[in-house]
Amino acid sequence: MDRRTAISRVAFILGGTIIGADLFISGCTGDHTIDAQNILTDAQISYLNEVGETILPKTAASEGAKAANVGQFMKTMVRDCYTTENQHIFFTGLTDFEGLCKKTYGKGFLNCSPIEKKEFLITLDAKVKEDKKRDDLLQQTEAEKEKTSQASGKPNYIKKTPPVPYFTMIRQLTLLGYFTSEIGYKSIGYVPVPGRYDGDVTKI
Amino acid sequence: MAENTYDAIVIGSGISGGWAAKELTGKGLKTLMLERGRNYEHIKDYKYGTKQPWEFEHRGSTTIEQQQKYPVIHRGWAANEAVMDCWTNEQDSPYTEIKPFTWWRSYQLGGRSTLWGRQSYRWSDFDFEANAKEGWAIDWPIRYKDISPWYDYVEKFAGISGAKDGLPHLPDGQFLPPVSLNIVEKDIAERLKKHYKNQRHLINGRVANLTAAIPGRTKCQFRDRCWEGCPFGGYFSTQSSTLPAAVATGNLTVRPWSIVTRIIYDKDKKRATGVEILDAQTNQTYTYHAKIIFVNASSLNSAWVLMNSATDIWEGGLGSSSGELGHNIMDHHYNLGASGSIEGFDDHFIYGRRPTGFYIPRFSNLYGDKREFTRGFGYQGGASRDSWSREIAELNIGGDFKDALTNPGSWNIGMTGFGEILPYHENKITLDLQKKDKWGLPVLAMDAELKDNEKKMRIAITMEAANMLDVAGVKNVNTWDSGHAMGHGIHEMGTARMGLDPKTSVLNQHNQVWDALNVFVTDGACMTSSACVNPSLTYMALTARACDFAYNELKKGNL
Repeated sequence: MDRRTAISRVAFILGGTIIGADLFISGCTGDHTIDAQNILTDAQISYLNEVGETILPKTAASEGAKAANVGQFMKTMVRDCYTTENQHIFFTGLTDFEGLCKKTYGKGFLNCSPIEKKEFLITLDAKVKEDKKRDDLLQQTEAEKEKTSQASGKPNYIKKTPPVPYFTMIRQLTLLGYFTSEIGYKSIGYVPVPGRYDGDVTKI
Repeated sequence: MAENTYDAIVIGSGISGGWAAKELTGKGLKTLMLERGRNYEHIKDYKYGTKQPWEFEHRGSTTIEQQQKYPVIHRGWAANEAVMDCWTNEQDSPYTEIKPFTWWRSYQLGGRSTLWGRQSYRWSDFDFEANAKEGWAIDWPIRYKDISPWYDYVEKFAGISGAKDGLPHLPDGQFLPPVSLNIVEKDIAERLKKHYKNQRHLINGRVANLTAAIPGRTKCQFRDRCWEGCPFGGYFSTQSSTLPAAVATGNLTVRPWSIVTRIIYDKDKKRATGVEILDAQTNQTYTYHAKIIFVNASSLNSAWVLMNSATDIWEGGLGSSSGELGHNIMDHHYNLGASGSIEGFDDHFIYGRRPTGFYIPRFSNLYGDKREFTRGFGYQGGASRDSWSREIAELNIGGDFKDALTNPGSWNIGMTGFGEILPYHENKITLDLQKKDKWGLPVLAMDAELKDNEKKMRIAITMEAANMLDVAGVKNVNTWDSGHAMGHGIHEMGTARMGLDPKTSVLNQHNQVWDALNVFVTDGACMTSSACVNPSLTYMALTARACDFAYNELKKGNL
């Protein structure tokens, strides 16, 4: 990969950072021992597909997150690419998510109407955005500390990172899982072998 | 020919090793190429290059296990699911950081030639003469005229695309048609040219990707998936280019899993007679003999091989008599630049994925430009439209959100600077005799840092980047400087420099080790200064030149 691509990947931001991609250093702490096969059950995968479908539903233009099986993708990512700490946030979050939904609507997420589902997620998302302002400040401070540390000869400063809200995880995994799936790639008009480059295409 | 005896031995199979093997075998020399890692066969071993991106289990992310095993690779963008198998196992092959040093290695056939950024620029006499003019370090023993025909030669074979820009400080070459700039970049190029009165240029990146087919290789398909290994052979690598040519001569033997532990030196003849290797799989020791030896193990490991050779005569190893072996290590410092957003091009789109972007060649300390630091820097960058990963204000959930993300977002532009690092004697690598690798061999200790000149330059790099974007009408201009640990530019150079005097250099003007004239070092180790352009093309040219010289010397009976 050339540096230009690297820049665009550094800028790979979804209201925060892709989880599992920026936790390189903190990923080195603690054991990574959750049993791979048992972390997300088939029922949970279906459940997460429904949550994902609410974030990225089927439209006239393209299939939705359920068709892309983002639930299955979440299982893979949480199992292999999440730190133990983030796995814990994710699983506790799933319980909290269902609990909060029941408290709000008097029924579980799967029994909510599409309008209720969407409304519920919008509420969660608003909360995440609010908290993000605070977290951004901390990350900025920590980035400065890392730089100072590196400048003084310590390359591996362990940055304090604010805990990632579980809903951010679910939303990011949905987006990443969807748009990197075959369905997602097709939705953006991906051509596997373009054969040429045209730097000025004007729509007809 | 006796068993285990060849005309030539090449240590390493990366960009310069591949060239050495191609040139020497092409001249009829029976050549043994030694690679310390695994075989990595063109196309067949490209695990992901032929897969669709959605077939990657983690869609590019690395696992916690990989993050723990490869902490150095995870210091930057090199960590990606597609290429993790290509990076050196950090547990088996550790190194010591006296000062922070990021060393991204690939111990496999082809070395980093399958992974490289492919940017290919010539040096000019502004670069070759800089040390002498400033009285800095030592003079290069060659000038542009010595290397120019060899640039021609390697460009034609490797396939370098670019435009003839007519810049004396970035000489034109034997180019295939350029990879084009997009409409936004063309617009900005015009604005810069006008504003800076033709003193600054935004040009097509010159890149080792084929924009036209050359014999045996298909042209670039604009997938932008080079480093996964290209099933089309669309870019230059050992595998796609030099290795098939060397194999076709019938003169090449390749031996993977061969860690060269030392060059065997005959002190009476003052010549090397061969190499000793450790088989990385069986731990068996073998000896191979040859008339000439090319050391192309990558800058730091080439120095390592020399440091471990002829230690009974020179404590610091072969080539250490000058006191410069392992010293003067350089890199290009980067991880800084500027970005911003572009207005007015919303109706313009892009088709295809380029393997390069634009390049802004050096302008500092040239043609009357004077700075409070010496030398210069260039920028690599690109303009593009945001992808699905962008944030859309007030729209985070639902069908409208999804449909909006499937369309390209707004245009933006980013560029990152690459600055020259001066050779400093005190920036060095040494053997750490306390720490051993998996095979019980001593490891390298890195003790190098940026100094005042580089630090001053970094301030100018971000400032000038922001200035240029500003005058070009770019909005929301931001600068960044994430700091630079030595090595992070992946352009390690200088650990066995060329020179005119055996008292101050390790190699002469033909890349021969002064103390063993049949040993040639033609990778980054040989560099006397670093310039600010990507160095691999220069290694190719120096290697082809040295091979030609070595062959002629052999014929004359001088080696």
